[in-house]
Parts: sequence; C-alpha cells; structure tokens
Amino acid sequence: MTPVISVRDLQKTFGSVVAARDINVDIPALQTVGIIGANGAGKTTFVNMITGHIRPSSGSIFFAGKDVTGLPSRTICRMGISRSFQVAQIFPSLTVYENMCAAAAIARTNASVVRYALMPLLNEAAIAETEEAIKLFQLSKYRNAQAATLPQGVRKLLDIAMAVAGRPQVLLLDEPTSGISVEEKYDLMEIVMGALKSRKVTVLFVEHDMELVERFAERVLAFYDGTVISDGSPAEVLGDPRVQELITGHAIARSGSVAHA
Amino acid sequence: MAGGKYLLGGLLFIVAAAVGPFLPAWLISLLTISLASALVVLGLILLWRAGLVSFGQALYYAIGAYAVALMMRWTGIHDAFVAVIVAALAAALTAYLVGFLLARYREIFFAMLSLALSMILYGVLVKTEALGSTDGFNVSTPTFLGYAPHGFALTIALYWFALALGAVAAMCVSAYMQSVAGALAVPVRDNEIRVEYLGVSVTKLIHLKLVIAGTLAGVGGAVAAMSISHVDPAMSYWTTSGGFVFITILAGAGSVAAAFIGSILFELVRTASVALMPGTWQLILGTVLLLTILFVPGGLASLFVRRRKVAGEGAQ
Repeated sequence: MTPVISVRDLQKTFGSVVAARDINVDIPALQTVGIIGANGAGKTTFVNMITGHIRPSSGSIFFAGKDVTGLPSRTICRMGISRSFQVAQIFPSLTVYENMCAAAAIARTNASVVRYALMPLLNEAAIAETEEAIKLFQLSKYRNAQAATLPQGVRKLLDIAMAVAGRPQVLLLDEPTSGISVEEKYDLMEIVMGALKSRKVTVLFVEHDMELVERFAERVLAFYDGTVISDGSPAEVLGDPRVQELITGHAIARSGSVAHA
Repeated sequence: MAGGKYLLGGLLFIVAAAVGPFLPAWLISLLTISLASALVVLGLILLWRAGLVSFGQALYYAIGAYAVALMMRWTGIHDAFVAVIVAALAAALTAYLVGFLLARYREIFFAMLSLALSMILYGVLVKTEALGSTDGFNVSTPTFLGYAPHGFALTIALYWFALALGAVAAMCVSAYMQSVAGALAVPVRDNEIRVEYLGVSVTKLIHLKLVIAGTLAGVGGAVAAMSISHVDPAMSYWTTSGGFVFITILAGAGSVAAAFIGSILFELVRTASVALMPGTWQLILGTVLLLTILFVPGGLASLFVRRRKVAGEGAQ
C-alpha cells in the first residue's frame, strides 16, 4: 500500500546552518504520528517543508504517490495536506462563525479567484460545514465571539477546525498545545483527536509534552540535529536511550511533565 | 434583508432620477461629478477592506478619461455607452498589467508604488504635445444611442447616465462583497497565511480587486471627461488620488451607499469652501477630514453599521 506521505533524503539548509538532513520517512494513511525533539531539532522545518511553507534544499516529498516537493502551500493544501500553526492563524476581526464560514466556503470548492467572485459566500455546503465543525470542535459557546477575544486554547481549536474545513487527508499540527495550561491541554487534545478520528485524517503533531505524545500518538518520530534519530511506537521511542539522553530530558525540563527517562 | 437593501437603493435611484430636471444646472453637474468620484471610491473601498490604500487611483481615472476623449477625437464615435465600455476596457487592461507588480506589495509600499505609477502617467501626459500637454484637450459632446441632447438636456442626460452607471456599479460591488472573493477581503487583511493555507492565492485575489477597482475608476474618469468636456494631466496628479482617498475616509469601507453619500458631501463641501474662501478653501476641507478622523474614524458607513447593529440588538 502506498504511504500517504513519503519523504526521501530531505535536506534543508539556511546558509551554513543545516536545519534538516537525510530525512527518510513513510507515513501510512490514518496513522497518528507524534513528532518530538528539542527546540531547533528540525521539527517545524520538517512540517514547513511538507506543507510547502519552505522549499527543501534537496530530497523529495510524495503525497499519495505524487511528488509535491517545492509546490506552493496553497497547491499542497488543495491536494489534501493541511496544517495548523504554533501561533493560531485565524482572522481576528471576524467572529468564530465567520472564520469558519470563510474557511468552509473556500475549502469546499476548488475554483479560480474569478469564479470565487461569482459565488456567494453563504452557500448551503459552507453553512452545513460550518455548523458541523462548530459542533465537532465544541466551539458553540464562542460562536458569535470575535476571534481576537478568544482564549488561547479556543484560538488553537478554531485554527485546527479551519485547517480541517477542506477535508484534508493529512493534517500537520505544529505544537497544538503550546501556550496552553497543563489542565487545558488534555481537554484540547481530546477534542481535536476525537474530531480528527471521525474525519479519518492522517495526523502528524509536533509536541513537547511526552505524556500527550504517549497518549495520542501511535508512532513517534524523534528529531535531533535536523534528522530522525528514532522512529517507532511511543514505548520504543521514548524508551530509546538516545532519545532519553538527547531529547526527553530537555523536554521534561521545558514542559515540566512527568519523566519517562 | 438584502432584498430590502436593494429595494431602498432602487427607490433612492428613482427619486434621484426624478428630481434631476427640477434642480439647477450647477447642482446637476456637481452631482454628476460626485457620481463619477463615487465610482472610483467604490473601487477604493474594495481595496481598503483588504487593507490596501491606493494613492494612485487617478491613474485609471485619467486612463478612462483620455480613452474616451481620444476615441471621440480619432474615431468620430460619440456614443456615451461605447465610450464607457472603451474606458472600462482601457482602465481594466492597465490595472491588469500593473496588477502583476502592485499585487506583490502591501502597506506603504503599495500606496507609494500606486502613487508613483499615476505620477509616471502624469509626466507622460504633460510631456506629450499630441495630447495637449499641460492644457489637455476638449472632449466632444456625447450622444446616447442616437439621442444628441444639448444645453440643459445634455446636463440632465449625463446625470441620468451617471446615475444608471452608479446604480449598476453599486449592485455589482454589493454582490461582489457577498461573494467568496469579496468576503475574503477582511481575512486577507487579517491573516494572509491562513488564506493561503485554505488554498487561495492572496496575490491573485488582490490582483482581481485591483482590476475591479481600476475598471470602476476608468468608468468614473469617462463620466467626468464627458461631464467636464475636457481632459488634462491633472486628472492623473496625486492630489486627484488624494481626493478619492479623502472621500473613502469620509465614506468608510463598510457600505456601498456611503461611497455615494461621501462623494456628494465632499463635492458640496469643496464647492462651498471655494465659494466662501477662494484662496484657502483647503483649510475647510482639511478641517472636515480632521473632524472625520477624530469623531467618525469608520466613516459614514460606520454610522449605518452601528444603526444596523442597534436595530439588530433591539430585535433580539
């Protein structure tokens, strides 16, 4: 079976700095993959390259067998790879409902901008998608709230809900729980993972909290110095002495979560 | 709700058309010029909503005006409908071409680049003797599908013509604002990254807005040229663009109707200022701008929106 994401010899350099090197990974469909690593290990660079935010220096990225290396982010998004960001990327001037409506209206139709000028924003499909997403991501309470006034956790939920509006096959979540209190993290991840499971999405999420990784990931990729140093089940990776030495110690100190080392 | 808005707009259009023959000629001419400016402002509003301020809309305004003047001079075709189509096409083509450059810039760079382009046209027009250089040249009297009015009848015909164009433009812009591309203006202003990650090219969206705004400005220029019966390089000068930005501030970006009210108000204030203080009329205009920014920063449109919100809350 063709992996939904296949990465070959991926490398990214910024001047003399090697941000990613020799990354070779296959992700099967519907797998939930946790990506761990210390700051600067190359996790976000990896996510950015897959989603077209930055162009790899060398190597290839395949999505469902198609080479998507270096394609613009919007093309990759249209093909079925979506993402959320470390800092929630929402429309602060609009309400939660309007944010979702805008996302749904665009995402549910693949048209040129000229055709978009002739299509009404509030069409039946977009409204239905908006209502469903608001329910699925438990945003009903904030439906009419301006996005700029939302708490951090709700912003993250909205960001992810918008990213899912186009029914992507693959979703990359860049630190979905960053900036959120320890108490709220689990609730947020429960909502997100529950929603994504019902939408049948392959998920890659970058996370510093090892408890969350252990709980929600079926597979873990451990990044260090721009490359994957360990790849396997959460138990295998988090039990790997190299991961314990190079990553989780750092992660524990950073997040303050329970030690696995 | 939208139906009621169109009905009200339609009624206002009929009233405005009906009272025309009973108004003095100077006021009809002023209203015609206001309608020409309102067309430009409608386009500016579309850009403004996306966070873009063009200080060079006079480029398309002048292109539209000169296109009409040259068509009438060279081809002998004087029909106002053909003139407007030619002006719209010329301005749209210009906006389409410069859009490849402008759509890549934002904020002050966009504003200054748009201004620079209009000033390049100004320089070309000033230096081109065949186009009348600084004096410009006269525009022939237009006809309307074979009807060739003169004197007061021409003034009224031009007013009705501008009114009809304004009504069509208002309906189209209103429909555009409700469309996916139009409604994405605020998202583009708020967060381009998310718009791109929803699968839409922000550059193409802005390019489309530039073409629409340019076309509207070209049509405005055509109406102005036929109304004034003259074109000159000042139509592309930066102060002309500044005037349109002034009206946009006065009108605000939240309402199509405000573009028309703002334009009429601006022309009335300017005319009264010139009559009252011929040498220092800019003082009054400046004060009006200052007061608008201080007390109605969202422009006249914000008053409508506020009223609508209050009415909505009252209904709930």
